[in-house]
Amino acid sequence: MSKQSAPPSAGVIDAPPDIDNKELDRERDEAKERQKERLNKLQPDQLIELFRQMLLIRRFEEKAAEVYVAGKIGGFCHLYIGQEAVAVGAISVLRKDDYVLGSYREHGQALAKGMSARAIMAELYGKATGCSKGKGGSMHMFDKEIGFLGGHAIVGGQIPLATGTAFASKYQGTDQVTICFFGEAAVNQGAFHESLNMAQLWKLPCIYICENNQYGMGTSLKRAMSLQDIAQKGCAYEIAAEFVDGMDVLAVREAVERAVARGRKDHLPTLLEIRTYRFRGHSMSDPGKYRTQEEIDEYQQRDPIMLFAASLLEEKIVEQQVLDKIDAEVREIVEDSIRFAEESPLPAAEELYTDVYANPIDPAQNRTR
Amino acid sequence: MPTLTIRDALNQAIREELARDEKVFIMGEEVAEYDGAYKVTRGLLKEFGPKRVIDTPITELGFAGLGVGAAMAGLRPVVEFMTFNFSILATDQIVNSAAKMLYMSGGQFNIPIVFRGPGGSAFQVSSQHSQHLESWYAYFPGLKVVMPSTAADAKGLLKSSIRDDDPVIFIEQERMYGNKGEVPDDPDFTIPLGVADVKREGTDVTIVARSLMVPVALKAADKLQEQGVSCEVIDPRTIRPLDVGTIIESVKKTNRVVLAEESHPICSVNAEISHQIMELAFDYLDAPVKRVSGADVPMPYAKNLEDLAIPDVEAIVAAVREVAYLD
Repeated sequence: MSKQSAPPSAGVIDAPPDIDNKELDRERDEAKERQKERLNKLQPDQLIELFRQMLLIRRFEEKAAEVYVAGKIGGFCHLYIGQEAVAVGAISVLRKDDYVLGSYREHGQALAKGMSARAIMAELYGKATGCSKGKGGSMHMFDKEIGFLGGHAIVGGQIPLATGTAFASKYQGTDQVTICFFGEAAVNQGAFHESLNMAQLWKLPCIYICENNQYGMGTSLKRAMSLQDIAQKGCAYEIAAEFVDGMDVLAVREAVERAVARGRKDHLPTLLEIRTYRFRGHSMSDPGKYRTQEEIDEYQQRDPIMLFAASLLEEKIVEQQVLDKIDAEVREIVEDSIRFAEESPLPAAEELYTDVYANPIDPAQNRTR
Repeated sequence: MPTLTIRDALNQAIREELARDEKVFIMGEEVAEYDGAYKVTRGLLKEFGPKRVIDTPITELGFAGLGVGAAMAGLRPVVEFMTFNFSILATDQIVNSAAKMLYMSGGQFNIPIVFRGPGGSAFQVSSQHSQHLESWYAYFPGLKVVMPSTAADAKGLLKSSIRDDDPVIFIEQERMYGNKGEVPDDPDFTIPLGVADVKREGTDVTIVARSLMVPVALKAADKLQEQGVSCEVIDPRTIRPLDVGTIIESVKKTNRVVLAEESHPICSVNAEISHQIMELAFDYLDAPVKRVSGADVPMPYAKNLEDLAIPDVEAIVAAVREVAYLD
């Protein structure tokens, strides 16, 4: 089991109480060097694309929150703001025919896998043009064409499913991999443990990404998990595991690259604990009284989009103008998705009874007597 | 036509479908090296190898969900529960994933999967191993529920279930695995889902029975014939979708109904059938619909108590005599 240590810039997460300042400076310099190397591995347009996707998710979710408050979106709405580097970094390594499954906090993952903002926004609006024809909503986004297999709203429910898609890839002799996203609270579910056991036992190419945002709704990890080092749980199943800084899109990308290689070549699973933070509440109805403002402020200092933009500027990969232009572009994509959703029709009343069965059986017609 | 046990008829169905379609595989506890806890999968590992016939750990939620995921990615899994009692652990994946995936994905992901295994009472295996879960599963739109009572039905219906594009709950009966009957050996023999079978024609009273209650009802009908009462025995075979039409036609002919089931009475499948009869054939009834059900208690261990908990021939005879106003 290889265990990546978090970059020192992740210090605000677990700051040791008696840290030596010289040590800290040295580590910071090393981290900068490492970051430079990471940036150099990718072409500028690849780096800009990562930034663009993260910003698209941010602007999309901000808009979703706005229209939710205005009453345009019903039900639950779990925002991904703060966690963008995880979906974007991870999915940037995948091919179109690889599978992605997520929880109910999946808008960002759907965008990163290539679903259009229009199809997602229309789904949030409950319109016929939504990715699930308005039948799934915020928590059940699907797009078969690009291998986005849902949006699953029972905590941990997607983990056995993703194990199954990985099983199918191996059974069919392909080199596809599956990424399964789930929150840290899902780790306490039996589904997590049952799946990891089978995945390593049968060597299934599934990458289990635990997005540890440190709160299961209003319950902090510390109040809910006896062993909070989630990556360490991989050893219970002899599954390769790493800890990754989820505020650093390139760190996420590199860890997932290693996991994907393991999956494609040897059909082996990986567990990644990617430490992140959601800047908003659990859902739109969450006043967030269980976290201090200081804690939120501290994490916002490590906003993954801000950090990545700073790196790009510092290394002179882009100029601020380019980033501003991208911001304007993604805002327009989001505005366009709103117009599309607003103008789209509601599902027809007949849709209520379609898609219950692929092969509906009318006993009256089947009878032979 | 060869005579087979229900066990071997099921085995033949799985074998033929494994041979027919590479996408079909079977997984479950002890299905491979042990040859099946009830020997339904006997010989399949040897014939098809460990890729197609897969022993799982005891991890019902996990392998049920894995099966659903595999179905999303194009395979056609047959998932065996050693008994349906253990499916309770997997209910989240059956109900929340398999049943709803097509709908909540707006028609994109159908789940061609069969969950099968024995249900109902067995031989003194007590409360946690003697349960009837068909009304649970039949409750959910998106699932189909099948319960065969003969060897031919077992084979024909299981083949249709494996070929079906939707999730099917296929509940066998442990006490009936050894029951024999004639079974067509044509590999293209199937029985369509959603079609009831008239197991015996009659004119005076309709008995609706499924699974273990079918042979019991047929014995009761024999006895009643001696007493001058002609019974029609209908086996719905598929609980969802339910062939209500065949039942209603029979009721319109006999005007009297007894509904027999092994399960508890409250919220049972026969509670639904009773409602359908009331709604669709009320004016044809000459007596209130009578139910014969398993005792409304957890299944006891002691042999004498277990016998009391399961409807027998005498209970059905008495019910038929009651609706025919003979006593």
